[in-house]
Amino acid sequence: MGFEFKYVVESIPALLQGAKLTWYITIIGIVGGLALGTLAGLMRLAGTPAVGGASYGHFRWLAIASQKVAIGYIELIRGTPIIVQAMFIYFALPMLIEVTTGLKGIRFDALTAAIITIIINAGAYMAEIVRGAVQSVNKGLVEAGMAMGISRFQLITSVIGPIAFKRAIPPLGNQFIISLKDTSLFIVIGVGELTRQGQEIMASNFRALEIWSAVAVCYLIMTTALALSLKFMERRIKIL
Amino acid sequence: MSALIEFRDVGKSFGPVEVLHNIDLTIDQGEVVVLVGPSGSGKSTLLRCINGLEMVTSGELVVDGIHLPRQKRRIREVRQEVGMVFQLFHLFPHMSALDNVAFGPSKVRSMSREEAHDVAHDLLKKVGLADRSHHYPAELSGGQQQRVAIARALAINPKIMLFDEPTSALDPELREEVLNVMIAVAEQGITMVVVTHEMSFASKAGSRLLFMDAGRIAEDGDPQTLLRNPSSERLQNFLQHVGY
Repeated sequence: MGFEFKYVVESIPALLQGAKLTWYITIIGIVGGLALGTLAGLMRLAGTPAVGGASYGHFRWLAIASQKVAIGYIELIRGTPIIVQAMFIYFALPMLIEVTTGLKGIRFDALTAAIITIIINAGAYMAEIVRGAVQSVNKGLVEAGMAMGISRFQLITSVIGPIAFKRAIPPLGNQFIISLKDTSLFIVIGVGELTRQGQEIMASNFRALEIWSAVAVCYLIMTTALALSLKFMERRIKIL
Repeated sequence: MSALIEFRDVGKSFGPVEVLHNIDLTIDQGEVVVLVGPSGSGKSTLLRCINGLEMVTSGELVVDGIHLPRQKRRIREVRQEVGMVFQLFHLFPHMSALDNVAFGPSKVRSMSREEAHDVAHDLLKKVGLADRSHHYPAELSGGQQQRVAIARALAINPKIMLFDEPTSALDPELREEVLNVMIAVAEQGITMVVVTHEMSFASKAGSRLLFMDAGRIAEDGDPQTLLRNPSSERLQNFLQHVGY
């Protein structure tokens, strides 16, 4: 009973379907996570010299409040396993809603819960990536921009943003790949992604060697595609 | 002649450390003020107060009619009339030389892309770098970067130019090209405040020399006279140290 290739061939249609769903969750997840992470990262930085000085006049309290909210979010998500987050959003949240508002039967379907989990989870890690990248921008460049009398918004979009973005690409690439692989955990809430498909085929024919090899290759192809597109993007941006 | 910059009993401290004490200083339009002094004497801080990169902590500073810190919410208006050149150039690394210079006019003076590029072209020509306009900062020598930085600061057509040790990070042979550009700027009649150790610039282009010591202005006078006959012992010592 060696490696029998025909089991791989047989499994391809079902695995491709799973891979499609994995890819779908990942892409929406990392785009959403990047948006949430950028927002949370900038909130985390509000009121610090990294984004042009600590003086916000009457809005100082707002800067401090958003900083605290961002820290709370980041620590909560980084401090709990993603599988627990998925379980919470899928199983516990409907109960919480029922207990607090009395509304019954409000729940996300498994796929939506999976996407929300990835967005929230990746967002927390990306927030720290954004913060690190922004803080790594030379303070002198920030001052050079401020000295021209441009607005804080212009400073962030024209000076800090582009420089920080290039620096953020390698760690963001890491997070993209981690998020893609994390989708395999949604097997626990019954999303028919790649790992789940593999598991189901395996349960029917017991060909663990062939099926898990094929699943692994599918993941490798997808992570390589992500890594290559990031490498391409990094090369396109001409800084230093 | 009217006062463009006026320090009235200004003090500046960073936490418990007092860096400037009771500064009274009036700078008129067209003056080229050279600020010298030992490191830690407060000259850079004084310079950075003028465009609000540091906010004064006591007294009052009036720059182009705006009172600091009372009207510090109008700091952007001050900065839009004040160009600044830094010791380490701080050109935007993701923009070409041309875009660096065009940045101010397009963002602060709301010029169109073409107008801003025209202004930038003219200025790069003036600093002798017309042929480098599409190079990125990393592709330029230190002296070239600093000349681009001067063009960038001039591009918003400021009333005041601040220079914070503009030649200190450069090799001796590159200093000359930057100093020549600065002398040309001074000859245009723009008000300048220059922190430097280049006494040759002070004597050639300066209209006034300030010697700072321990957060106070210790000497204030005509550069030629002060450099030829330094009255105080502290200034004599200092000049000996910088090899003048």
